[in-house]
Amino acid sequence: MSFLNNAITGVSLGSIYAIIALGYTMVYGIAKMLNFAHGDVIMVGAYVCFFAMGNFNLPPAVGVVLAVVVCTVLGMVIERLAYKPLRAAPSLAVLITAIGVSYFLQNSAQLLWGAATKVFTPIVSGSLALVPGQLSISYVAILSVACCVVVMVGLTLFTGQTKLGKAMRACSEDKGAAQLMGIDVNATISMTFAIGSALAALAGVLMCSAYPVLSPTTGSLPGIKAFTAAVFGGIGSIPGALLGGVLLGVIETFANAYISTELSDAVVFAVLIVVLLVRPAGLMGKYVPEKV
Amino acid sequence: MEKRLNGKRISKASLNGFVNYGIVIAAFALIQILLAVQKPLGVTLVSNIMQSLLVPACCYIVMAVSLNLTVGILGELSLGHAGFMSLGAFSGVVASFLLAEAIPFAPLRLALSMAVGAVFGAAGGVIVGVPVLRLQGDYLAIVTLAFGQIIKNIIMVLYVGVDGEGFHMALSSERFHLAEEGTAIIKGPMGAVGVQKLASFTAGFVLILITLLVVQNLVNSRSGRAIMALRDNRIAAESVGINVTKYKLMAFVTSAALAGAAGALFGLNYSSTVASKFDFNSSILVLVFVVLGGLGSIRGSIIAAAVLYVLPELLRQFNISDYRMLIYAIILILVMLVTNNDQLKTLAGRIIPKRKGAASHG
Repeated sequence: MSFLNNAITGVSLGSIYAIIALGYTMVYGIAKMLNFAHGDVIMVGAYVCFFAMGNFNLPPAVGVVLAVVVCTVLGMVIERLAYKPLRAAPSLAVLITAIGVSYFLQNSAQLLWGAATKVFTPIVSGSLALVPGQLSISYVAILSVACCVVVMVGLTLFTGQTKLGKAMRACSEDKGAAQLMGIDVNATISMTFAIGSALAALAGVLMCSAYPVLSPTTGSLPGIKAFTAAVFGGIGSIPGALLGGVLLGVIETFANAYISTELSDAVVFAVLIVVLLVRPAGLMGKYVPEKV
Repeated sequence: MEKRLNGKRISKASLNGFVNYGIVIAAFALIQILLAVQKPLGVTLVSNIMQSLLVPACCYIVMAVSLNLTVGILGELSLGHAGFMSLGAFSGVVASFLLAEAIPFAPLRLALSMAVGAVFGAAGGVIVGVPVLRLQGDYLAIVTLAFGQIIKNIIMVLYVGVDGEGFHMALSSERFHLAEEGTAIIKGPMGAVGVQKLASFTAGFVLILITLLVVQNLVNSRSGRAIMALRDNRIAAESVGINVTKYKLMAFVTSAALAGAAGALFGLNYSSTVASKFDFNSSILVLVFVVLGGLGSIRGSIIAAAVLYVLPELLRQFNISDYRMLIYAIILILVMLVTNNDQLKTLAGRIIPKRKGAASHG
């Protein structure tokens, strides 16, 4: 029973990682940059929902929508002000800028909302008892998995079927060629950031509902882990992000339960290293041999 | 381009190197003079806060120069440089404790501890480098990041101690059987405790000189040229017979060893050190020094590390202390935008006249 309980916890945690990783992987696929500020957008989303529910007594659903809207705008503003001017710059310069944005968001949050840890009220509470007293699934876990599946299916349909989604794929293949085909590359990249940030907000609310502590640095470790999940599954690949996220969540939960609480992160990262050594492009990534 | 100095032919590269030594020696001499005269004069020229920052600033200068070897000279992004520093710090602390009776002379013990730190850093470099240097770009970055996290997590549960029976080491407090009269050196999440503070500003200065000696000679050697050839075009370099793994590993391990030595000095500067001090954020901090100082520029790394390490601490004294990290973040973003965006660059160029030979590397 404890095995099943751990598996449920792992999958639900993994779903949250997967939602963050989907945003990460889309931004990486199109902008070819490691957006270290992604984790901090999660934090902003969680704070917005927290204040909407706590200070203005809005229903949870409105809080979530508000968080998503605020983060979408935030993501687009960040892209416009900080990343767009650096489109032609070396990738390291963009990376450092992303780190700067991350510091900026963390410290702004600290100034605006204080450094003290806040206790987040879960958007849904209670749990579904499968075997009374032994096996139960919290509604947050069900919601996380459901959200993850919906997001995943939605994104697959979006990138496969819609015009904008196809434009995104075209931009990630070759920006110059896409532009020649009449695609507005800047608008497409901006849209990608908007979607990624909206997903981050959703993940932030879900994560804080499952682990109800909120501080200005809440987002950084999940951000790094989601990035790991994206690399794990093959960065740039949408099913890869899902697989990577869920596997990461499951491995972390089992390592936590059966190996050691303190070493669970070390186990996760060790597995990542091993996977990358065997499959350098990640589990579902395409390996592109270098042409000479 | 060659110039003559004392009748000897001397290349521009080594001249640049001598200037770097000169800057470091001059800065050291200046600070020592200020420290020496402030007591007789009765004025505070170097505040207590500044004095406490001297040794860590030296450590971070060494970190920046050594990371520049990986990022700027070898051209591989590493996000786990603090992991090597951590290895060096904790191995150095343990070495210094074990050698306490054998070698009572503090400077020698410090030097040996730093050597031990360097060896552990280098060993870490080999362990990480051999498998992962065949990965490229962002994948290498994520593996170095992962490595830094693993090191941090392991040291968080590491217990090391000495008692009558000898040396004890365990990965959890339950398995750590230390006799009553024994001394614990590293206590898991509490980190290294009861460390005898051996570090001194002079040691930091010597370490910077050694680092410069190692890095500059490596860069200007045949191997250094091979390393830079790999950075500029790996395939072309390979086609002229440059051994990719050998030279990548050479740069990476040298960089890790220097970080280990810096870590040992850092660890021996405080009476207690925790592993979380060497987390992802401190790796990033060093990377920021390197990038803002200029990739591949040793002098840039030295200056950027010294200024940017001390600056946030100095901002503490003013009223704006709440905003200091926010200001730091904004400056970081603005500097990146101004130096990398063509439109902003020309705008800034109109305001600040470009100095001659700005493109040359130090």
